[in-house]
Amino acid sequence: MQVPAPFEYERATSVDQAIGLLERLGSSARLVAGGHSLLPMMKLRLANFEYLIDINPLHDELGYIRSQANELRIGAMTRHRELLESDELAAAFPIFRDAERVIADPVVRNRGTLGGSLCQADPSEDLSAVCTTLDASCVIRGPGGAERVVSMEEFHVGPYETAVGDGEMLIEVRFPVRANGGSAYQKVERRAGDWAVVSAGAAVWLAADGTIADARVGLAAVGPNTTGIPEISEALRGHEPAEELYERAGAIAARVCDPVTDQRGSEDYKRHLADELTRRTLRTAVERARS
Amino acid sequence: MTTVHESRTSSFDDNDQKPVGFGRMLRKEDPRLIRGRGRFTDDVQLPGMLHLAILRSPFAHARVVSVDTSAAEASPGVRAVVTGETLKGLGLAWMPTLSNDVQAVLATDKVRFQGQEVAFVVADDRYAARDALELIDVEYDVLDPVIDVRQALAPDAPLIRDDLEGKTNNHCFDWETGDADETEAVFARADVVVAQDIVYPRVHPAPMETCGAVADFDAVEGKLKLWSTTQAPHAHRTLYAIVAGLPEHKIQVIAPDIGGGFGNKVPIYPGYVCAIVGSIVTGKPVKWMEDRSENLISTGFARDYIMRGEIAATRDGKILGIRTNVLADHGAFNGTAAPVKYPAGFFGVFTGSYDLEAAYCKMTAVYTNKAPGGVAYACSFRITEAVYLVERIVDCLAAELDMDPAELRLKNFIQPDQFPYTTKTGWVYDSGNYEPTMRQAMDIAGYAELRAEQAEKRARGELMGIGISFFTEAVGAGPRKNMDILGLGMADGCELRVHPTGKAVVRLSVKTQGQGHETTFAQIVAEEIGIPPADIEVVHGDTDQTPFGLGTYGSRSTPVSGAAAALVARKVRDKAQLIASAMLEVTVADLEWVKGSFQVKGDPAKAVTIQQIAMRAHGAGDLPDGVEGGLEAQICYNPSNLTYPHGAYICVVDVDPGTAQVKVRRFIAVDDCGTRINPMIIEGQVHGGLTDGVGMALMEMISFDEDGNCLGASLMDYLIPTALEVPDWETGYTVTPSPHHPIGAKGVGESATVGSPPAIVNAVVDALKPYGVRHADMPLTPSRVWDAMRGRATPPI
Ligand SMILES: Cc1cc2nc3c(=O)[nH]c(=O)nc-3n(C[C@H](O)[C@H](O)[C@H](O)COP(=O)(O)OP(=O)(O)OC[C@H]3O[C@@H](n4cnc5c(N)ncnc54)[C@H](O)[C@@H]3O)c2cc1C
Repeated sequence: MQVPAPFEYERATSVDQAIGLLERLGSSARLVAGGHSLLPMMKLRLANFEYLIDINPLHDELGYIRSQANELRIGAMTRHRELLESDELAAAFPIFRDAERVIADPVVRNRGTLGGSLCQADPSEDLSAVCTTLDASCVIRGPGGAERVVSMEEFHVGPYETAVGDGEMLIEVRFPVRANGGSAYQKVERRAGDWAVVSAGAAVWLAADGTIADARVGLAAVGPNTTGIPEISEALRGHEPAEELYERAGAIAARVCDPVTDQRGSEDYKRHLADELTRRTLRTAVERARS
Repeated sequence: MTTVHESRTSSFDDNDQKPVGFGRMLRKEDPRLIRGRGRFTDDVQLPGMLHLAILRSPFAHARVVSVDTSAAEASPGVRAVVTGETLKGLGLAWMPTLSNDVQAVLATDKVRFQGQEVAFVVADDRYAARDALELIDVEYDVLDPVIDVRQALAPDAPLIRDDLEGKTNNHCFDWETGDADETEAVFARADVVVAQDIVYPRVHPAPMETCGAVADFDAVEGKLKLWSTTQAPHAHRTLYAIVAGLPEHKIQVIAPDIGGGFGNKVPIYPGYVCAIVGSIVTGKPVKWMEDRSENLISTGFARDYIMRGEIAATRDGKILGIRTNVLADHGAFNGTAAPVKYPAGFFGVFTGSYDLEAAYCKMTAVYTNKAPGGVAYACSFRITEAVYLVERIVDCLAAELDMDPAELRLKNFIQPDQFPYTTKTGWVYDSGNYEPTMRQAMDIAGYAELRAEQAEKRARGELMGIGISFFTEAVGAGPRKNMDILGLGMADGCELRVHPTGKAVVRLSVKTQGQGHETTFAQIVAEEIGIPPADIEVVHGDTDQTPFGLGTYGSRSTPVSGAAAALVARKVRDKAQLIASAMLEVTVADLEWVKGSFQVKGDPAKAVTIQQIAMRAHGAGDLPDGVEGGLEAQICYNPSNLTYPHGAYICVVDVDPGTAQVKVRRFIAVDDCGTRINPMIIEGQVHGGLTDGVGMALMEMISFDEDGNCLGASLMDYLIPTALEVPDWETGYTVTPSPHHPIGAKGVGESATVGSPPAIVNAVVDALKPYGVRHADMPLTPSRVWDAMRGRATPPI
């Protein structure tokens, strides 16, 4: 049994109470959501915190998937499993179900949350790539109920670093809903439940004439952050979907990504996958947008 | 004689036939294990028990300058802090390994691998013990490590084992087998010679239950009770007696339920010794359970052989000879678990299942700054490496000759009339009939159809591969004339006692770690004396309650202790016959054994059951002259030879040309382990071993960075396969009994682990044929397969 260093523990009773505790305890405190990223690090003593504030009691408040006009809102405490099982979400953004099928295993998915995934800001985090692909924005709440909304680009400051400050909390993620959209996700892993060697998400919106009105690609595990690739969006916009176009997008993905050689694979191979998976997900996203 | 059986898929309907003897029956141990009533080492709770945690070296190679324990000692709940210096005072700083080397219990002079034991803390609970480790201040003087095994013997390589007197380099041992000159002559006149460098990477057995112990030393009685995760309780007890100087009758080793061993629980680890010392020092029971990372970085690894294989043949595909050169990485201490006269285990069977004219192997083993080990990880003492070498090199030859790999194998098999067959490296294969086994595997697979499908797919640019492996194992160590571990002969005792009411207890020296001994051994005894398995209690794992024997590994339980169980039951039956003759008032010669009872020949109505005989044996009334009361016997069985199971495996893979991911689509395993005791258990062993094989072939490897940091310290980094990586196993079997085993059984526990990796690798290499690939080393991760497709296959180390 791996044993973490001593810490104190408190269950949150409300979002504002949790934020109040964070504010008071400063950087020695951490929120624990699903705990599937935080606790392994603490057990290995790679991270030590004096206080854990358990926000699982806030699941009622922050666990939801809600449709608004032109927008879908997902609460930060929504669990992987809920994202996987939601038909409403799968209808709006099939990329979510694609991704959730290949994230970890049922035990992790039962507990792990959207908010925890984004706040962990691991460059291999699949949901970060999904949110980037869908051009999501994050609602961060601070002391006194102050809220700000930031884009995914602003949210990810660096590996394992986000825009969420010491006395703040991510409470919601918002996804713009546009007509004639399709999306898809693919991951190459060494084994089921392993983190990605590389994964790619693609979202495409078609114009009435069948050309690409807009498209976005998000990659994971190929650089310090899971970032969108504006160059691909530019290359695709206004064109008829076609294999050559996906190839061009794939080539951009391979060029602009920034992978390193590690146990999961060589840099070359990862660049190749960025290309291959970009093409594959764009193809599927277009098929889905058309149907 | 071989019988061929079609059992293409395993049906589960008839798994519980409740046989009085051999046949399918559900496992007797399963209700306990499934319902959470198993009792593992970590379940042991004793009054006043303390907890032990071990401080380990962060460096692969460093001099220990000083160890300051004062802050740890002052930490709340801490009862004792022990360092190498403390142990030195007790003469316990070093202990012997299973290969006549020594290993540090706690480092005194240097640390020699990352994760090596440096000090331990005993405290009131696990948390206090673990927290206090952070307070031990060790000053290290970091040294250059030897990580690249190929550099271990370089003249300027840092010296690892300066503790060994006169040692000036990192050489561990040399070993050779076969005839070098004869082999050279055969190679010189061969039409075709193929050579290939082949690496079997370092892997870890990774049992789900990590290693641990609870030591309880009673200073008044002078008795040590040790619950521990051991596959060999008796061997451990004797070694503790020798190491710690405790009298052997005052040591009781108990192996409770074990959550997987795979060879990982054969060695004595420093942690066990620490727990014993901890209990002696504190006067309290002390528990040590290592965590996952500790298990992966410090306990016995397996494989780590860098091999060069060469094969010589005629142009028409008659294999003439095999030659190999091996560089073996033994880590910092030679902890190989193998009979002492076999420093390379049974690697000598690298001649495989083929009738050769000559064979030769030369091996050099070296020390490196890595964890010690070389355990029998489901490998029957290095047969995994041997089978992988021969089955890979035979495929290389098939490619060179442009011959079908199945045909090449069929052409070169040792023929049934050649058994017993003495190989060119001196192994005497007891029995075998290879062609029917191979044919059955090909039938189940639909081999010709698969090749046709492959041709079509290749034409379309799809990558499909078919891989074959045919193995012969050598298991059941072993004859005591040449097999011992640290002087302990590898014969096994067994005791059988039939109670007055006809229920029985059989006591074994071997110890299950999941193989189902409580069922199999009850069935062996049931087959011989006709008492139903449900009425036979199997006692094992406790040295105070069982006869001496060397334990369970190397697939030896059924070949050795299984024979002992059958023979002890026959002894009991012989005595029962004497009693029956008195009960029925006829001569012994007039009696006939019909399973479960003795009948008067020609008059079946006159009969007594074994249960009636048992009551008579314990009851009132006279027994025949010279017959003592009671119905029990004991035996020590010394096998006259090993047993040689064989099997034919066929694997079908699909490789995604875009991502290089390998999918194992089908796997056909036809095993011949001689007489089959419980086919359901055999299938379970085969399924597990095949899954293991998928892991080794596709994902498992313990690797290190250049500083000697272990990169496989968690199950997120060291991948083991899940149900999602494996297909539905298709199994079949043939039966070629062992001629010298009392019931004709051969071991099967490791067959599938030994036989499956080459089938999978051969399949992947076959799939990549359009890319001109002839060999690619394990683990065949997508990235490494992609490299191979680009003509850049590299060894993993
Ligand atoms: C075996 C295993 C396999 C995995 N495989 C994958 C995989 O394949 N792909 C993948 O993407 N992920 C994988 N994960 C990670 C998993 O998805 C985690 O659940 C997720 O990364 C973190 O979510 P969590 O809710 O568990 O966060 P926690 O571990 O509870 O928290 C993570 C971090 O986020 C902070 N945090 C959490 N919620 C908030 C909030 N609302 N506001 C501000 N800060 C917050 C915490 O303080 C902490 O620093 C795996 C995990 C495990 C254990």
